[in-house]
Amino acid sequence: MNKKIDIHHITRIEGHGNIVVNMMDGTIDKVEWQVPEAPRLFEAMVRGRSWEDLQTVVSRICGICSISHSLTCIKGIEDAMKIQVSEQTEKLRLLTHYSELMQSHVLHLGYLVAPDLLGVKSVVPLVESHFEVVKVVIGLHRIANQWSELLAGRTTHPITFKPGGFSKIPTESQLRELYTILLNIIPDLKTLVSVLLSLADKLPDFKRDTEYVALVYPETYAFYHGSIGSTDIDKTVPVSEFESVANEYVSPQSTAKWTRWNRDSYAVGALARFNLNSAYLTPLALDIAQTFGLKSKCTNPYLNNIAQLVECAYIVESSLKLIEELLVLGLRHEVPKVKPRAGEGVGCIEAPRGTLFHRYVFDQQGICTSANLCIPTNQNHGNIQKDLEALVPKIIERSEDEIRLLMEMLVRSYDPCISCSTHYLNVEFV
Amino acid sequence: MSKPKLAIFDFASCEGCQLQIINMEEEILDLMSIVNPVEWREAMSEQSEDFDIAVIEGSITRSGDEERLRRIRERAKVVVALGACATCGGVNKIMNNFNIEEAKKAVYQEASLMPHLNTSLTKAVDEVIDVDYKIHGCPIDRKEFAYIIRCLALGKNPEIPAYAVCVECKLKENICRYEQGEICLGPLTRAGCGARCPSVETWCFGCRGFIDDPNIYAAKEVMNKYGKTSEDLKDRMMLFGSKQRYIYE
Repeated sequence: MNKKIDIHHITRIEGHGNIVVNMMDGTIDKVEWQVPEAPRLFEAMVRGRSWEDLQTVVSRICGICSISHSLTCIKGIEDAMKIQVSEQTEKLRLLTHYSELMQSHVLHLGYLVAPDLLGVKSVVPLVESHFEVVKVVIGLHRIANQWSELLAGRTTHPITFKPGGFSKIPTESQLRELYTILLNIIPDLKTLVSVLLSLADKLPDFKRDTEYVALVYPETYAFYHGSIGSTDIDKTVPVSEFESVANEYVSPQSTAKWTRWNRDSYAVGALARFNLNSAYLTPLALDIAQTFGLKSKCTNPYLNNIAQLVECAYIVESSLKLIEELLVLGLRHEVPKVKPRAGEGVGCIEAPRGTLFHRYVFDQQGICTSANLCIPTNQNHGNIQKDLEALVPKIIERSEDEIRLLMEMLVRSYDPCISCSTHYLNVEFV
Repeated sequence: MSKPKLAIFDFASCEGCQLQIINMEEEILDLMSIVNPVEWREAMSEQSEDFDIAVIEGSITRSGDEERLRRIRERAKVVVALGACATCGGVNKIMNNFNIEEAKKAVYQEASLMPHLNTSLTKAVDEVIDVDYKIHGCPIDRKEFAYIIRCLALGKNPEIPAYAVCVECKLKENICRYEQGEICLGPLTRAGCGARCPSVETWCFGCRGFIDDPNIYAAKEVMNKYGKTSEDLKDRMMLFGSKQRYIYE
């Protein structure tokens, strides 16, 4: 039996990626995950730019995780220039970061993944067939965006972040209003949980043991602080040594760089964070994980979607707590005062799709002289390839449409962000 | 009247402008009552050869992409450039200030010579094909997108501001960023954003591109008055204005 499947530019993902499967006389000759996204060369673009303009450039790496890129950049600048920030700034940044995680996860689950589970090609037909569910998704997404807008100045490409603090912060009454809104979306979140629970059997039962990597921090489901943890080893690595974890290399099938650590490939993202940090989930998040039977050391990549759902609940519960803490502290207007200086620094954050690292070197005027950016989706490319190699032989007897769908769903479950990593999806059966 | 068919295509970009369309939330359902989305890779698996309005996001960095863009132009009645990458090249154009081979080497090191990493100078969409309308900004403003698409669906000509961000900023009674010792591109940049950045106490970095006939002389005067140099100004203009006419004047 000969089979050629060519999924060129996979849809409903961020960026461009292809899958090529080539089967000759019943044996699989080639399964290849290709990333043809146009190279955008950000590490070169930031050279010669002032520390003040750096985040404006690097946030443009990705529209979906622009807040993560900006925050990572600012953390890198602060590390390089030895800038201390206040407790208020740290809390407001985390609250802003949570808003992006929420908009990204809801977008992925509601708009990009749900159509696969409901057997349609996009959210468009769902507007007629599942109007109530679509309304819930849109409502959650709108609230996450308003939340970003309140703290970051807009939904995408933040404008209030500064090294050392914020240019403008919300008022206490705005934070109180946000608190009420977040408290009121919990029923909608539970609706989304019950819809996905009724469709959970559509997620394939496929397992492949691999290494999971995420930030770890004592007693915390880490998103913002921490060092690099792995399910393969007990010791953690400081973020300043991220290159020794990522070991980036260029693959001929990709304009994005690939990574490997203790094995041929590793995975980052919601499932990796869950596998490393689930002991520190909040009550509703834990309850949702249990409802889906999601337990630590889960090796089914399709369940990254469920880990994202669990995180949505964690984010809302944690944000309520953060707002309470901020209101107890009382908001103060702080003006960041920074004098640029020479130095080298690393910023790291758990972006929606996984651990994000930026390294910068500055001269005495604060001009960036070199940069190294290591993106979550890059870290997942190798693992997606290995997953596809393991998955295809198991499903090769099925119809071409089914093979196509299962492969696309696998890639989509990683929530790849290819513009980010090229610095990524078509399926090609040839 | 049948609903015009709308297709959205993406090239080199962060896809943040497409995200602003999704971010219209409930309003996107209203817009769907007047236009019919037939192709949109980021949000839909459906594809179409037949459309009336082509919305192009991203800048053009490879010869193969130029070919794809020309095919879209041939099939579309109206072409709309979406966001700074498409309208003026956006931050992607910063790359044009460098030697591309050196830039590739900075990112990919010794692997930079691999053929799939080939890329050439960044072009805005209108440097390759005729563009009928531009939706400015990085990212675009979702309300402006809805307004322009409504106009096109109704056969009207959308009005895009031809004045500078300073005008909107003054109306909002913001404190001038120059008074805070910052370099702000408000005097040179096309309005329409409601002076979003100065309103959160941040300088304008020019994401909506230059106004049609910017008063370079006045900009230089402002720089002198606040003890800044043209070089300081050019440095910030490079973010969204690299390799464009006014940056050299």
